[in-house]
Amino acid sequence: MRHIISVLMENEAGALARVVGLFAQRGYNIESLNVAPTDDETLSRLTLVTKGEDRVIEQITKHLNKLIEVVKLVDLTEGSHIERELMMVKVRATGAQREEVKRTCDIFRGQIIDVTPTTYTIQVTGNEEKVNAFMDALSGATLMEVARTGVAGIARGDKSLSL
Amino acid sequence: MTQPASEPEMLSGGEMLIRSLKDQGVEYIYGYPGGAVLHIYDAIHKQSDVKHILVRHEQAATHMADAYARASGKAGVVLVTSGPGATNAITGIATAYMDSIPMVVITGQVMSHLIGDDAFQETDMMGLSRPIVKHNMSIRDPNDIPSAVKKAFYIAESGRPGPVVIDIPKDMTMPNEKYPYEYPDRIKMRSYNPVKKGHSGQIRKAVNMLLQAKRPIIYSGGGVILGKASKELTQLAQQLNVPVTNTLMGLGAYPGTDRQFVGMLGMHGSYEANMTMHNADCVLAIGARFDDRVTNNTGKFCPEANIIHIDIDPASISKTIQADIPIVGPVKPVLKEMLEQIEQSKLKMDQDALNLWWEQIDEWRQRHGGRYRTDDSERMKPQHVIETLCKVTKGNAYVCSDVGQHQMFAAQYYKFNHPNRWINSGGLGTMGFGLPAAMGVQLSYPDADVVCVTGEGSIQMNIQELSTCRQYGLPVKILCLNNGYLGMVRQWQDMNYESRYSHSYMDSLPDFCALAESYGHMGIRIEHPDELEGKLEEAMAVTDKVVFIDVLVDPEEHVYPMQVPNGAMSDMFLSKTERT
Ligand SMILES: Cc1ncc(C[n+]2csc(CCOP(=O)(O)OP(=O)(O)O)c2C)c(N)n1
Ligand SMILES: [Mg+2]
Repeated sequence: MRHIISVLMENEAGALARVVGLFAQRGYNIESLNVAPTDDETLSRLTLVTKGEDRVIEQITKHLNKLIEVVKLVDLTEGSHIERELMMVKVRATGAQREEVKRTCDIFRGQIIDVTPTTYTIQVTGNEEKVNAFMDALSGATLMEVARTGVAGIARGDKSLSL
Repeated sequence: MTQPASEPEMLSGGEMLIRSLKDQGVEYIYGYPGGAVLHIYDAIHKQSDVKHILVRHEQAATHMADAYARASGKAGVVLVTSGPGATNAITGIATAYMDSIPMVVITGQVMSHLIGDDAFQETDMMGLSRPIVKHNMSIRDPNDIPSAVKKAFYIAESGRPGPVVIDIPKDMTMPNEKYPYEYPDRIKMRSYNPVKKGHSGQIRKAVNMLLQAKRPIIYSGGGVILGKASKELTQLAQQLNVPVTNTLMGLGAYPGTDRQFVGMLGMHGSYEANMTMHNADCVLAIGARFDDRVTNNTGKFCPEANIIHIDIDPASISKTIQADIPIVGPVKPVLKEMLEQIEQSKLKMDQDALNLWWEQIDEWRQRHGGRYRTDDSERMKPQHVIETLCKVTKGNAYVCSDVGQHQMFAAQYYKFNHPNRWINSGGLGTMGFGLPAAMGVQLSYPDADVVCVTGEGSIQMNIQELSTCRQYGLPVKILCLNNGYLGMVRQWQDMNYESRYSHSYMDSLPDFCALAESYGHMGIRIEHPDELEGKLEEAMAVTDKVVFIDVLVDPEEHVYPMQVPNGAMSDMFLSKTERT
């Protein structure tokens, strides 16, 4: 099963390396990973998407919790939650393609954020499914470059991952 | 230089480091100097509270610190330079990590501004050590040194213990840059709060399950020794009359000569221990981690047993074997609470069932009971050597082992009645551990009998330490079960490779006795079983120098029982010709 795990950790040099090292060392899979500062400058928040059997996921969360710099973590997929990812795609857009790409972009509520006579750069946000669907829809066009942020997530309702 | 009490003393980074160690109560540090730590070594020279032991190879320093920790329960401290000093310490750090041993390793580092430039003797010790430490930290500001030291000890010794590395760039220790020194009393960390007790509801469930068992066994590991819970374990087992097996790391936690002790379990466990485990209906695992050398094939492990698992590390629970009742907590308070709850419980163990269980266990004991071939009185049997050692030292020695057949014979035939006396590298299986380990113990327990049980292969991995023994007057006894082979390798080659001895024979061995004598020690060679006991007694009576006891043992001996690969715990080879 796919899991989204969000981790609050001390904003210290080397903390990220420990998380990444843990996954490499124990052979756990990481589909995406994103890390950024939070409102509290002493903390950073890391969100990772991983796949595995329940037993493996249990080990992953236990080992993450064991890392000295990890303050708190939550497996967002255990409850109702919102996930978002931002993707930027640069596509070749000439001739008839130009209109076609723009239409697809509109359908997905994407935004064209940079234009040249031969290219569009489109920004799309959504959950992983939507972002993937957009990529599929563009399959007729020539993709020049794709940049994805990886998933960030937050629990619905009152629950919050904070100190 | 007196100062008013209110004003903190001004010290350099190097001085603060050593003073912090003193204030932490550290008596010995083990190490080796080099460029990046010279300021620190100068600070050592200027005081006499913290004593430094100069080894001959940094690996030995780590094993000394590690073994001191295993014997005393307190973190050992290592100091090495950057680059090769740090990399030489790696094997010892990994050894401690695998066995959850508290240790603080201080490594020098190149100047901060040179980090990342491939400077002379620069290695990324933070990166190198990361997978084999409980935690590591790098000093960025000399003011942080005292709190970093406090934190390192706290992390190393609390929760599930382990090694902590502090990497210190040289410019953090400049002799002329002074900072106010204050050693913190305690440390509080929001991100690290080890559990202090177990969940009472879980403990109740466990007690109910245990009291209703008809064929129970207690399987206890190194966690009971680290958690200082030997007394509680013994009380629990004896109160309920339940059989006890110990892992390789757990030997001594339960008295080895007691009737209820069925021996070590696992790959080279006793027949009765493995049979009792396999046929149990309830396994109470305490501070043990269901290592693959214990369980054999996990799919066939204890088919009828409910598993209760007590461990301080949640990640050890349900890792390889699913626990029916997990209890996360330090073993001592958990066992205490179990004892209280048993006292109050209305349930009583089914004594008839338990009697039947003991009858069965005694039958298994009869069947094997640790026997070995004794038909040829000319051949020196390694098992007999260990039994004789146990007799001569009255089972009270600190036995520090290397890795190989001799290690297994020592584990099987030396009967440990006390915790912290059996000191061996279980998780990593580090050849070369034995001698420095024995030195670390002897230094802190000068009047104790400390024996390094080794093989002619293992001893050569750190034999240079004979020199350190001489310098510090450490009278360890080296009992070398010299079979002329990398015996454990040879055994596997006998069993799995039709006796093709690919590189398991060591030609050109030195005359170990003469070698020891060249360092100013004593050497005793034992070639015939008749002279064994007398010469061992003679060796143990020496108190002022190392005695290298070179015992020529039967090279063809194998360690049995041995679990059949991929089988259940009960599938064992019992001798060269029998299997279960
Ligand atoms: C550093 C290291 N290298 C290799 C091994 C693999 N190994 C395990 S036991 C053994 C043989 C040990 O020989 P010896 O010390 O003579 O002991 P014996 O088995 O003969 O009693 C070897 C090579 C190891 N455990 N550690
Ligand atoms: Mg040998």
